[in-house]
Amino acid sequence: MELIVSFDPEVMEITARTLRIAGTSCLLASLISLPLGSLVHFRRFRGKRVLVNIIQTLFSVPTVVIGLLVFVLLSRTGPLGDLDILFTPAAMVIGQMILITPILLGLTISALSGVGKEVVETATSLGASGFQLALLSLKEARYAVVAALILGFGRAISELGIAMMVGGNIRGFTRVMTTAISLATTKGELELALALGMLLLLLALVINIALNRLQQR
Amino acid sequence: MRPSSPLIEVARLSHSYGDKEILKGLDLGIARGEVFALIGPTGAGKTTLLRIMDLLEIPSSGEIYFDGQRVPRSGKQRLAIRRRMSFIHQKPQVFNASVYDNVACGLNWRGEARNKIVAKVDCILETVGLEGYKNRNARTLSGGEAQRVALARSLVLQPEVLLLDEPTANLDPVSATKIEELLSTAARQRNTTMIMATHDMSQGQQLADRIGVLLDGRLVQTGNAGDIFRSPQSTEVAHFVGVENIIGGIVIANDEGVATISVGDDHHGIGIQAVSGCPAGQQVYACIRPEDVTLTPMLYQSSARNSFQARVTRVTYLGPLSRVEMDCGFRLIGLVTRISAEELNLQAGHELYATFKATAVHLMERKSRQ
Repeated sequence: MELIVSFDPEVMEITARTLRIAGTSCLLASLISLPLGSLVHFRRFRGKRVLVNIIQTLFSVPTVVIGLLVFVLLSRTGPLGDLDILFTPAAMVIGQMILITPILLGLTISALSGVGKEVVETATSLGASGFQLALLSLKEARYAVVAALILGFGRAISELGIAMMVGGNIRGFTRVMTTAISLATTKGELELALALGMLLLLLALVINIALNRLQQR
Repeated sequence: MRPSSPLIEVARLSHSYGDKEILKGLDLGIARGEVFALIGPTGAGKTTLLRIMDLLEIPSSGEIYFDGQRVPRSGKQRLAIRRRMSFIHQKPQVFNASVYDNVACGLNWRGEARNKIVAKVDCILETVGLEGYKNRNARTLSGGEAQRVALARSLVLQPEVLLLDEPTANLDPVSATKIEELLSTAARQRNTTMIMATHDMSQGQQLADRIGVLLDGRLVQTGNAGDIFRSPQSTEVAHFVGVENIIGGIVIANDEGVATISVGDDHHGIGIQAVSGCPAGQQVYACIRPEDVTLTPMLYQSSARNSFQARVTRVTYLGPLSRVEMDCGFRLIGLVTRISAEELNLQAGHELYATFKATAVHLMERKSRQ
């Protein structure tokens, strides 16, 4: 408790990094998912059902599997080994994006499905282009879209597997709250681990409240 | 007054949903500035026709022409054409945003300058009487207010064509009158072409220059209100426009434009007289609107040529009017005001006289039955 209240510099630094990494991956994932989800929802094509099923299946991929995948891709001998970003925050962002993009994508599609056909048609007859229609629909579905963002961010901030495997828990560089908790626990510093755990929940609460205000607008 | 090139035209238009044929080979042209009412019962295909005209749906077959040009079945041009029209749906759908944002969206989408949008929206909100509602969320409005938002949202675009699907069907009479006034003002001021689907005859009659009757996917008759209501061309149209008396018979004589028609099941000498050029020997239906039938306790001397002794078989009350079913050798239905019904002491079994003018009888040729 002291550690939180006293604003221990290392705890604060870890917290800031955690937010930065999870925030970046959530932002990038939503930049992909919102337009792509709209496209999938509004376009008619063969195999759409199958695609949505695949996306939904990817909701439950374990983080360690993604960690492994990214590790293989980025390791020196891997296809993207030349980038030399294994064990950096960038690698963690990539992993988290892979983790939450299916969630954001799937939930965007289902959010858009909740927008009434009549609303879509009204907008069309008022002269909305495809892009304008998608934008309006996302606005109409903002409650569900923001809920998707909350969930995506929550998954990114709380995952351990990717941060551990491709971040490496390097102190002062890639150490985030979950890896710090894990390390503290194995070292027997239960007090620190608990404090970090509580701080993580507190953060989630604050972010929820902020996004909820966005929902109600 | 039939201009050579219509603003919007459909040709040989057919449309099906699955196995169900909704529209069956329609041809219709509507001139710029014309107010056209599409009347017909629920399920006749009115909404589908409007949706196809608004390019929301691609017809199964047939063509649409807008301003002399064939509308392609896909591509960017459809959006450009759609932006010259506006469609007001039966149930107004407002977006979950402020009234201002709702009304401004069409202008925003057309890339209009911001200061112009503000001015236009303010102006139209005043026209529809919602000037104080700018910042209210449109979802919190009543049905009538929402319909006015929908109307403002369409009118602010100053469309060349306004498509209306039962614009007042879900409204109370006061709101409905208000909307009708707004529409007719808009039509007159901007010379807007309006195509409205309605099952409300009086609305069609009041607002429209021309009326088309859509029955079961076919446009069975078009014409001005007088034509449609007085001279329906088929028994279906007659039924639909409220001609309750459709009496089968045969013309037995025609004396200088006044035809005598023998009616009744056994044709034993009941003659109805009608102003018509129908020759003797012609099988006909005599159509008489129930409101043209006068009821009196005694035989009434007047210029009306048709007077029959009648026995009341049934009286039903329809608000301010009473519908009287009678037997005068043939079945006749009359409409009288409630007060008259009380004065005449109308009840089943009561005897009285039913009178209607020869000019009130419209004769329709009867195709010989196969």
